[in-house]
Amino acid sequence: MSRYDAIVIGAGHNGLTNAAYLAKAGLNVVVVEKNEYIGGAAVTRELHEGWHYSNCSYVCSMMRQALHRDLDLGRHGLILVPYLGTVNFGNGNDRLIAYHDADAWSNELKRHSTHDADAMHRLEADLTRYSQLIRKTLLRTPPEPTSMRPRDIREFLYLAQQFWKLGEREIYEYIRFFTMSAADFLDDYFENDLVKAAMASPGIIGTALGVYSPGSAYILLHHVMGDVDGSIGAWGLARGGMGAISKALASACQEYGGEIRTNAGVQKIVVNGGKTTGVVLENGDELSARIVVSNLDARRTFTNIMEKDDLPDGIYEKAKNFKIRGSSGKVNIALSGIPTFTHLPENRYINRGGQTFSGSMETMERAYDCWKHGRWSGDPFIESVIPSAWDPTVAPPGKHWMSNFIQYCPPELADGPWTPEKRDAFGQTVVDKIERYSPGFKDLIVHMEVRTPHDIENEIGLTEGNIFQGELTIDQLFFNRPFPGYGQYRMPVKNLYMCGSSTHPGGGVSSACGANAAREILIDLKRPNTVPEDDFYDE
Amino acid sequence: MSDLSQTDPFSGERPKLSPFHPRLEVLNVRDTWSVWNGYKFADCYYDAEYEYFCIRNTCGTYDICPMQKYEISGPDAEAMVNRMVTRDVRKLGRNRVAYTVWCTDEGRIIDDGTVFKLASDRFMVVCGSSCVAWLRKASYGFSNVTVKDVSDELAALSLQGPTSCAVLKKMGLQGIENAKPFNIQHFPYHGDTLMVSRTGFTGELGYELWVKRDLALTMWDDVYAAGEDYGIQPYGETATDMARLEAGFIMPYVDFTEALKTVHFEHDQTPYELNLGWLVDLDKPHFSGKQALMEEKKNGPKWRLLRLEIDGNWPAYESNVYDSESCNQDIGYVTSAMWSPAVKSNIALAMVRSEFLDGEIWAEIYKSKDLRPYRRMSKCTIRKKPFWTAARARSTPPADF
Amino acid sequence: MTGYDTIVIGAGHNGLVCATYLAKTGQRVLLLEAADTVGGLAADREFHPGFHAPVAHTLSHFSSKVARDLDLQRHGFNPGSSELPLVGVGNGEPVVVHDGKISGVSAKDQRAYLDYHGLLCRFAAVLEPFWLKTMPRIGSNSIGEVMTFAKLGLDLRRLGKKDMGEFLRIAALPMRDLVDEHFDNEQLKAMLCWDGLIGSKMAPRSPNSAVLALLYRLSGEMHGGHAIPSGGVSSLVSSLMASAENAGVDIRVSSEVSRIRIDSDKERQRATGVHLANGESFAADRVVSAIDAQRTFVNLVGVEHLDIGFTNRIRRIRSDGYVGKLHLALNALPEFRGVDRPDGRIIITPNMDAIEFAFDDAKYGNASAEPVMEVVIPSAADSSLAPDRQHVLSAHVMYIPYKARDGWTGAARDEVRDRAIDTIVKYSNGLRDQIVASEFLTPADIEATYHVSGGHWHHGDFAMDQMLMMRPTYEAAQYNSPIAGLHLCSAACHPGGDLTGLAGHNAAKELLR
Repeated sequence: MSRYDAIVIGAGHNGLTNAAYLAKAGLNVVVVEKNEYIGGAAVTRELHEGWHYSNCSYVCSMMRQALHRDLDLGRHGLILVPYLGTVNFGNGNDRLIAYHDADAWSNELKRHSTHDADAMHRLEADLTRYSQLIRKTLLRTPPEPTSMRPRDIREFLYLAQQFWKLGEREIYEYIRFFTMSAADFLDDYFENDLVKAAMASPGIIGTALGVYSPGSAYILLHHVMGDVDGSIGAWGLARGGMGAISKALASACQEYGGEIRTNAGVQKIVVNGGKTTGVVLENGDELSARIVVSNLDARRTFTNIMEKDDLPDGIYEKAKNFKIRGSSGKVNIALSGIPTFTHLPENRYINRGGQTFSGSMETMERAYDCWKHGRWSGDPFIESVIPSAWDPTVAPPGKHWMSNFIQYCPPELADGPWTPEKRDAFGQTVVDKIERYSPGFKDLIVHMEVRTPHDIENEIGLTEGNIFQGELTIDQLFFNRPFPGYGQYRMPVKNLYMCGSSTHPGGGVSSACGANAAREILIDLKRPNTVPEDDFYDE
Repeated sequence: MSDLSQTDPFSGERPKLSPFHPRLEVLNVRDTWSVWNGYKFADCYYDAEYEYFCIRNTCGTYDICPMQKYEISGPDAEAMVNRMVTRDVRKLGRNRVAYTVWCTDEGRIIDDGTVFKLASDRFMVVCGSSCVAWLRKASYGFSNVTVKDVSDELAALSLQGPTSCAVLKKMGLQGIENAKPFNIQHFPYHGDTLMVSRTGFTGELGYELWVKRDLALTMWDDVYAAGEDYGIQPYGETATDMARLEAGFIMPYVDFTEALKTVHFEHDQTPYELNLGWLVDLDKPHFSGKQALMEEKKNGPKWRLLRLEIDGNWPAYESNVYDSESCNQDIGYVTSAMWSPAVKSNIALAMVRSEFLDGEIWAEIYKSKDLRPYRRMSKCTIRKKPFWTAARARSTPPADF
Repeated sequence: MTGYDTIVIGAGHNGLVCATYLAKTGQRVLLLEAADTVGGLAADREFHPGFHAPVAHTLSHFSSKVARDLDLQRHGFNPGSSELPLVGVGNGEPVVVHDGKISGVSAKDQRAYLDYHGLLCRFAAVLEPFWLKTMPRIGSNSIGEVMTFAKLGLDLRRLGKKDMGEFLRIAALPMRDLVDEHFDNEQLKAMLCWDGLIGSKMAPRSPNSAVLALLYRLSGEMHGGHAIPSGGVSSLVSSLMASAENAGVDIRVSSEVSRIRIDSDKERQRATGVHLANGESFAADRVVSAIDAQRTFVNLVGVEHLDIGFTNRIRRIRSDGYVGKLHLALNALPEFRGVDRPDGRIIITPNMDAIEFAFDDAKYGNASAEPVMEVVIPSAADSSLAPDRQHVLSAHVMYIPYKARDGWTGAARDEVRDRAIDTIVKYSNGLRDQIVASEFLTPADIEATYHVSGGHWHHGDFAMDQMLMMRPTYEAAQYNSPIAGLHLCSAACHPGGDLTGLAGHNAAKELLR
């Protein structure tokens, strides 16, 4: 039996981050991963010869720069390249191109509505303000509201002070923003439907809510609060695919002395007398450790690899009720050439950014309605990006790979279980929609991988393929994440911690959950804290 | 909505061209362009200092097509405009122009601009950046008012300098010499109308010419033909910035930030802070921000924009200002600074916290000598009046040069 | 012009309550109502000769404090009738919740219901004092006001760590998740959703606000139960009116206010009276508006007296109604399949999806293809509401959008009415032959008839961003407004809608401070 200071379950980016910090603090750490490859959802895989798919997560903006620097990920091979504007495809021939250049963007908005071009300045200022506030919480442990400990009270006062600094009017605007639907929120800014649709689309990505559902405005913010080199809302590609992030983190972790074991799925977390003492692997090996850190989602941690009897009353039910809904699909396509889109100029800059096939607010909402009915929409929302236009490492020269993220894809279908035929039909729906905007697109397809929620779950273990490891609704955010009373990374069994996106601050390739969990562990082990608390704030 | 041009794949993201562009392009020998409100816009044409002296010595033209122009008409137009801006436009005569600001509920400046009263029920609001969304909000609740964005329909050219009146006279605009500052005159022009207002942003004698877009080049050619013997020259942003600073005019995004685009709490400004209290008419009926401005007037503004004359000849670009040579207390920051050719003085505008107005003011200035930076603390003196004024700017009729 | 101390605009129940409180302190109060009767949405409506039904057809959490203070019982209000059973009707056996007991569900769900109801009632009790308080304005540094929140925090903490944590979680849950966590029976889940959703633009899957609305409705002595007072809901109105008259309130009906008079002095603008549509004018020291905020500010004050940002905050209040009202005059007591006697609140919806999908139609501006509804036979509780042995059926029908995609026409209204009747007939076989007369009110009709913007029951969605010190907007959340002497006392203010009298009470208290 091997003995460690800490075992981290799951070599996703948060697990690797957590392990890197524990190893950096001198602990003897092992990361155990069920797959033969590391990375979890931040992964690059050669699924067709010569094509390297980031077949789960596909773009990055939330990576905390303080962690990037602190773990020296640049030296470990990570480079994040921002990509230029996105084209938002409306219904018919309507296009809204989010040019990177502010003046060009403004002129493009004016083409749709001079009113909205003006209002966009206000939205940008407002989102920056909201982002700046929320970003201050990302690398901090949420205070526990029922606690009277000085640390929690101090943290609440800090937050109250930050909130107060907004000024009266903005305090209320912030509350509004936090609780409203993306549609209602944007109605105060814009009149043009495509402008609204373009701005609302981040509000539904990964979530089982629609643009008309209260709470989607916050999810919008969750997607725009990231940045690349200080430019809030910008998105970047990792050179080498999303797996490059995991590789760099793994390399950092190993340099600090951490060990990573692949093909080492955990069968069970061992609990004795209310304390965890290690894990049993699927191959029967037992590893013992002072602490165990789960990077799996809350549902999976408590209902799959723990015994109900090992948990205090009610935890199993909380985990069952934890909202981790499958709502997204992914179609990864290898292309023999770069697709061209009708009613778009042949401008090599804009054809290389992202493509968002949003249609209209109603198109997106109706896609959500279909999800509620247990079917996929014939006119789905698709967010696409062609990383190969930027990154020479992911497809052969002259060839391309296109990542397509689809909202919504139901985990269970109303007309019976998913079958390979239905999965193909789902993929075909996506391809058909792109073909509508890009005649000839189908002829470029060399290989295609279609992934439904359970495909993602079966491969990398995210319950229902939920990209955030749990819905980002107020009942599951901040000190409520994953459950009330457990918002500080310590779990109900002694020496057990969680470090995945099921914890604050939630989903996104940010490494923040893993880093924050490491901080709490080091506090409990009475080790000096080596995890940065402050990101670089643009203030 | 026009589709994107298939001939130029970048047409969608290139700056738009001013109606004067065919002439500007030829005259812009240095090919120095920037972008203003989406329009390609000259920083300078030949030499900024030369252009500045044309403003002060002969005359120059400045393309103000990128300015935003809104026509507000209907029986409720006056009430709507009056509720939006801080001055009382009811007191404004027909064919008169007023410089004003408009504010948020909190009394913070959204933008400054000019209001043209064209008829009792027709106004034109002109400002430096788009105001469509605010005008939409401001007109809500008025049943009889129409707001129309005429920015792209009207071409506008500013003609400034001592010989500007003479040029217009030569152009055949009879009676232009009788236009008082802030007056508007209309002249028949090629089957349409040429509107001339005696306004400007230079502190000089000057006019602004407004005409339908398709008459833009005709007007340009007429102005330049008339100006040939009066030293006419196009000038760009750099020369404008020099002239306006000497005259003590403020510039958005330089001396103040627009409230609706401000990220941080109270990093925007109020009229009192910018010394624009004279624009705030607290005796007129209610207007947006009135209550907040009354409070501010009672309690005094937290900051003041000061005109500073600074010892030495190092311009105080982006300087912080302190209460002492030893930098004991940071009391504010310089917003605009330059060496003034007209008054041979080192001038600046600076925002200073009100509680330090009575003490000394020192600017921390950096200057590079052959790439090596040097630092100097320079004493500042507050100037109550604009750094530079021209009597001719106010006299009617003005002299020919 | 006659001088009053206070003019109250709108004789809905909140207007009556506020006017009476003020008059009881000796103020000369004038209460003006545009319609020809008082009571607003609670007023009696004779939709067919001899058949009566107000838009608001039951009472739930009308403030007992207000009833006591205004001595309503002496003036003819008798809330003492028993609680109506809550009956869920759908595909299977009906589920009945009555007096804390529940039938038609498994023993597990029966136990779960007791836990669920107990937990929510505990939370509701903590919040209850809040509904009777003026919300503090953030930024005013009065210790007393900050204490209002500190006290809520302490009260929550007193529930224990676990309950407090749970409160902070479930407060933002959608109704669907809340009931899914507790119950198995779909019928039960659907009917329990109802009270969190009704009146607002929300469906079972909508997060953030429904549970708070539910907790609001669980306050008071009925703990969420509903009743029809003897004499019908309009007896509340008549007792309020009697109490008002007794206190000396000068009530004038058919007196539509066209403008609030605003005068300015050096310091501020001040409301000094009102002008009526008929040309009359009245002067007063202050004006209290018991109508919605949009009408008050945009129509009666006029935007020229208001700041632009403020006006925009009033404009954007989400106050489009989504509830239609069906009235049927019946020649007999209808029967509902599996229901002994239709004397309860009958929720017609088979499951939560049915509510959700009905909502999905409405969000695009279409009336629900398969509407869901709450049916009450008020005449079963009070025979005076219909001629002898005949009956009235009153139904809240969801979701009927205020803004129809193609506009509201008579034909569109009839179609929606027929759809609603068809839905009821599915559960009440003989009903169609019992119908003597019918009436359907869309939210647009309710707006036109009752002078409420959007035809919205609550003068604005009961949503987290439109509650507490944000109701109707932060500058007017203390029953005041940017205009001196102009106050609000309607459901547009904290704590919001329903027949509670709380806004009227709180406003009067604030005015008398």
